[in-house]
Amino acid sequence: MKSDSLTRAFALLLKRDLTLAVRHRAEMINPLLFFILVTSLFPLGIGADPRLLQAVGPGVIWVAALLAALLSLEGIFRSDFEDGTLEQLLLSSHPVSVLVLAKVLAHWLITGLPLLLVSPLLGVLLGLPAAAIQILLLTLVLGTPVLSLLGAVGVALTVGLRKGGMILSLLVLPLYVPLLIFAANAVDTAAAGLPVTAHLSLISALLVLALSLSPLATAAALRISLS
Amino acid sequence: MKQTGNHTLTLEARGLECIRDDRVLFSELAFRLEPGQALLLEGRNGSGKTSLLRILCGIRLPDAGSVTWCGSDINRLGPDYHEHTAYVGHRDGIKLDLTPLENLAMARALGKPNETTLEAVLEQVDLYGFEDVLTRNLSAGQKRRLALARLLVTDTVLWILDEPFTSLDVHGIQVVEQLLEQHTARGGMLAVTSHHPVNFKHTTVQRIDLSA
Repeated sequence: MKSDSLTRAFALLLKRDLTLAVRHRAEMINPLLFFILVTSLFPLGIGADPRLLQAVGPGVIWVAALLAALLSLEGIFRSDFEDGTLEQLLLSSHPVSVLVLAKVLAHWLITGLPLLLVSPLLGVLLGLPAAAIQILLLTLVLGTPVLSLLGAVGVALTVGLRKGGMILSLLVLPLYVPLLIFAANAVDTAAAGLPVTAHLSLISALLVLALSLSPLATAAALRISLS
Repeated sequence: MKQTGNHTLTLEARGLECIRDDRVLFSELAFRLEPGQALLLEGRNGSGKTSLLRILCGIRLPDAGSVTWCGSDINRLGPDYHEHTAYVGHRDGIKLDLTPLENLAMARALGKPNETTLEAVLEQVDLYGFEDVLTRNLSAGQKRRLALARLLVTDTVLWILDEPFTSLDVHGIQVVEQLLEQHTARGGMLAVTSHHPVNFKHTTVQRIDLSA
């Protein structure tokens, strides 16, 4: 009975955030557009030498994905904080960490998933070999949820500040660095035709860790921010 | 309703103190609230009424003292306390880009749902006919009534209301006063701040003046 109503609250909150995203389409497209623009400007800036592009491609795509995620992070809690609905989430009779997970999942579906869908195209644009594009997609599947999950902790900590944007970047970027290193290196390694199981295991471990710990940390951070 | 006639529920505050920006807003504050009673907080702007309500909700921690619900500290109870409470703060806590129905459905899912239909609740606050309009397009008074309608979609005992009458017209005030009296008559509890004099006819009212 109790878990039933929790599932319902989870589903409804997810649906609510997706509905709101559809009603604010422009904000939803912004990070995706940023991702595409940054990646496609690189060949213009550094020249169209295929070997050079292949060498920097994985790093460029991952850095762009990371910055695109950072750009959209504030949206997870900012508007809820301003209109008071965040207070209502904290005062719900359900565990806040589960509700937080619904919001993070919505954020990933809105900003992470579109990046995932266009990334093979950008891989082709940068001349990555097919094997590398496959691994790129796999690292993004495992990695973009980590971006949303870790980012949520940072946003939760800074949402009470009037100009939290700068602190948010400083807070969250160091946490993203391990993921960036392993992911970009995995794609490089795959492009060289070597096995990448170790990289993928490490990224999966990061995902499991973020999935299990960050909702709790986010819930605690929200309590601090609102009190 | 289940809570009718149940006199074991109590909200008790002991030795509460709130400090803000090095100023002591109130200290050694104590009261005890039982079913059917209302707590009316009075005081000047900035005297700590909202802070006290946020402490009673469990959003803010008191700088000293404790708030207990049926004998247990509310911050230890967490969700087990929150399922008995509903809070309408000075921010409405509704999404402007959702319709009133969508807003109420969300509010209901976050608490312990009761049996009334959402349409009936909208009718009670005179918002029937607006259920599919985006909340953004409602007037300030209508938004406030929608915020107060959140109280009616879940089964709660303690209503914590921060200036519930803001932006309401004479008729709206009457409707809300009636809702509050019905709630205490059913054995509910109220903690309210208001600049508007509240006329309770049948409810035991405790007044606390924070500027004193």
